[in-house]
Amino acid sequence: MSTSHYYVPASSKWPILAVVFLGFLALGAGWQLTEGKGLLLLLIGVLGVAWVMFGWFADVVRESLAGLYDAQMDRSFRQGMAWFIFSEVMFFAAFFGTLFYIRVFALPWLDGEGAKGVTALLWPDFTASWPLMSTPDPSVASIEGQVNPWTLPLINTLLLVTSSITLTFSHHALKAQKAAAASRWMLLTLILGGVFLVIQGVEYVHAWTELGLTLQAGIYGATFFLLTGFHGLHVSIGLLVLVVLWLRQLRGHFTPEQHFGFEAGAWYWHFVDVVWVGLFLFVYVF
Amino acid sequence: MSSTLPPHSDKQQALSDSAAGGAAASAADHHQSAPSGPLRWLLTTNHKEIGSLYLLFSLLMFFIGGVLALVVRAELFQPGLMFVQPEFFNQMTTMHGLIMVFGAIMPAFVGLANWMLPLQIGAPDMALPRLNNFSFWLLPVAFTLLLSTLFMEGGGPNFGWTFYAPLSTTYAPPSTSFFILAMHLAGISSILGAINIIATILNLRTPGMRLMDMPLFVWTWLITAFLLIAVMPVLAGVVTMMLLDINFGTSFFDAAGGGDPVLFQHLFWFFGHPEVYIMILPAFGIISAIVPTFARKRLFGYASMVYATASIALLSFVVWAHHMFTVGLPLVAELFFMYTTMLIAVPTGVKVFNWMATLFRGSISFELPMLFALAFIVQFTIGGLSGVMLAISPADFQYHDTYFVVAHFHYVLVPGAVFAILAAAYYWLPKWTGVYPSEKLGQAHFWLSVIGVNLTFFPMHFSGLAGMPRRIPDYALQFADFNLLSSIGGFLFGTSQLLFLAVVILCMRKKGKKAPANPWEGAEGLEWQLPSPAPLHTFDTPPEFIPERDSPSRS
Repeated sequence: MSTSHYYVPASSKWPILAVVFLGFLALGAGWQLTEGKGLLLLLIGVLGVAWVMFGWFADVVRESLAGLYDAQMDRSFRQGMAWFIFSEVMFFAAFFGTLFYIRVFALPWLDGEGAKGVTALLWPDFTASWPLMSTPDPSVASIEGQVNPWTLPLINTLLLVTSSITLTFSHHALKAQKAAAASRWMLLTLILGGVFLVIQGVEYVHAWTELGLTLQAGIYGATFFLLTGFHGLHVSIGLLVLVVLWLRQLRGHFTPEQHFGFEAGAWYWHFVDVVWVGLFLFVYVF
Repeated sequence: MSSTLPPHSDKQQALSDSAAGGAAASAADHHQSAPSGPLRWLLTTNHKEIGSLYLLFSLLMFFIGGVLALVVRAELFQPGLMFVQPEFFNQMTTMHGLIMVFGAIMPAFVGLANWMLPLQIGAPDMALPRLNNFSFWLLPVAFTLLLSTLFMEGGGPNFGWTFYAPLSTTYAPPSTSFFILAMHLAGISSILGAINIIATILNLRTPGMRLMDMPLFVWTWLITAFLLIAVMPVLAGVVTMMLLDINFGTSFFDAAGGGDPVLFQHLFWFFGHPEVYIMILPAFGIISAIVPTFARKRLFGYASMVYATASIALLSFVVWAHHMFTVGLPLVAELFFMYTTMLIAVPTGVKVFNWMATLFRGSISFELPMLFALAFIVQFTIGGLSGVMLAISPADFQYHDTYFVVAHFHYVLVPGAVFAILAAAYYWLPKWTGVYPSEKLGQAHFWLSVIGVNLTFFPMHFSGLAGMPRRIPDYALQFADFNLLSSIGGFLFGTSQLLFLAVVILCMRKKGKKAPANPWEGAEGLEWQLPSPAPLHTFDTPPEFIPERDSPSRS
């Protein structure tokens, strides 16, 4: 029988603070959306959540550096992160499912195709196309042009795929105990990710102002911003994670044997990258 | 430790070292900052305390949701508008469903998981204790927010617990944004709780316990947690799209812009059908623990139980559109979803037959947990059989949106899932509190509940087949008798739950017969080798587990 003691982390104030600030955030958001008066509460919520995440992670880092975590704790963290990413995959799956359903079923049916063709009676003049250049009901705004996938989106694809590779180089350097090279590759990854976000912003402005491609512009605009918007949000979170990892690299937090924080961030970044490839193919190209 | 556990005295010794002595010793090493004072419950990371919080929270929600149901039943007592306006009636049916599904049944199962999983697999706590605290405390915030919508201008959600668009978007009350944010908070809680449960089961089993040695409650929760992680994000996605449709002018569920209201139903039920199994699989695990104990036999067909659970979970991803047979699906979809749905009857039947085979020639005794478990098997089977009827697509055109559907899913959820939760409570209360639940009160609770629940829901089959639509505050005269019976049954069932409250309070105040470590003669498993009540910290060192001796699957 093993006599080794299990490690059980001490209790912490961060979880309950996270609940409080998430509550503020939800209340503020709801109040803002319904009556336009919740902005301050929303802001307190967002800043509070950010503070809690900083403090909570800082505690975990401290405990990890103090050598409190055993191999079992490490496995729990790994499994937790892996399943968290799986939940994110399913979140995006809902949105990709939406895109496919609209394109394969809903729009052709509105155009009179298939068993549900009767819905074509609603707007007899409607013709299905993708991108949807004119919405079934003319009172809903239509888009005036479409994004060319072979300009900015292609550049962004190359940037993000490259950033996954540079991040892997950083990981290899870390394992080979080349700290300076590891942080240089990480810096390059950060720059690639940052440029991606800037280009995405430029493309958004172009789409919104020049192409009439807005959230309100029918189902094409809605799915375009839903998918790219949530992806962009995830890139921003991933970038924030990588910045923290870079700072921790500079402080020498990681050893070739023990650097799960780094790996977790890298898994997340690769996940964000894979989602983008799906986006590039199904939102922009096809 | 008690002396009612004759075999394995060597293990007994090791355990009393680790459980009783070890807990005290390690309280000094590892739990030095265990919180005390008024903040204790806010800060706790102990799986037993968090488990108790979950269970008490779900009990509170059970009563709140129950009161809402009684408003509904009071209004339907006889034809005509009696007590409430239709708008308010709609809020009552909606809120009743939301509270019971997300606030009562799901947290009750998570509470049981929190308490029992670590004890059943020989772990010191959940794998991620701080996350556990976070998961629990999100719930009171989420449900305070949800309930507060009832007091907002325009009232609370009034579109049914399935919140179909465009009822929940174009025609929804302004409070719907709050409802969406509350669902997000509850969803985060569920996902993180499920991650914690999977990490605990896969990573913290005591050395020697293989997956196929785990008690079935552990197995069913492992699979349930997988379902939660797979579908709660889809719910988050669909409510986010609602939020955008309501507040930012997108047209996901609006055909005028090229969207489709039916898309909402697809997304919702892709979440919603696995959700149904999230609310029943842990119940299967509970029944699979209780039946062998009181039949004094090992569970019949352990491996087939595991495979059946996994099959049900996988099939649950490809049956969702059987909720949408009448919405206008292509014929091929009607057929596909009809056949896949019927397939689910096979693994479910395997389970029911396994329980019966376990009972066969057993030395059965009828303690309180066993009464609820046996009632579960019979009543859940009734709900399952009406499910097979509903699965027949052409027949569903008649049943759809009638009280027959209400009868079906309430049979699965109330005499099914809720009875399993009550069975679990009676089964494990001695372990939690150190005293047996009151036999007198428990018997009264059981019989009144069985009579009440069947009086409520059985007549609904008939009013439904006769064509009474669901979600209406008034109805035609020919349904009056059945509704009268349902309402009487509803009030009987609702008020008899106060007996359960009394049982719980008495146990918490240690009033009752003192329970030994193993309060049930035939019970097996690691949890019964700990003292009753289980000390705050257990299994600081992994207990010994020898499959040939301890595994529920041993031959």
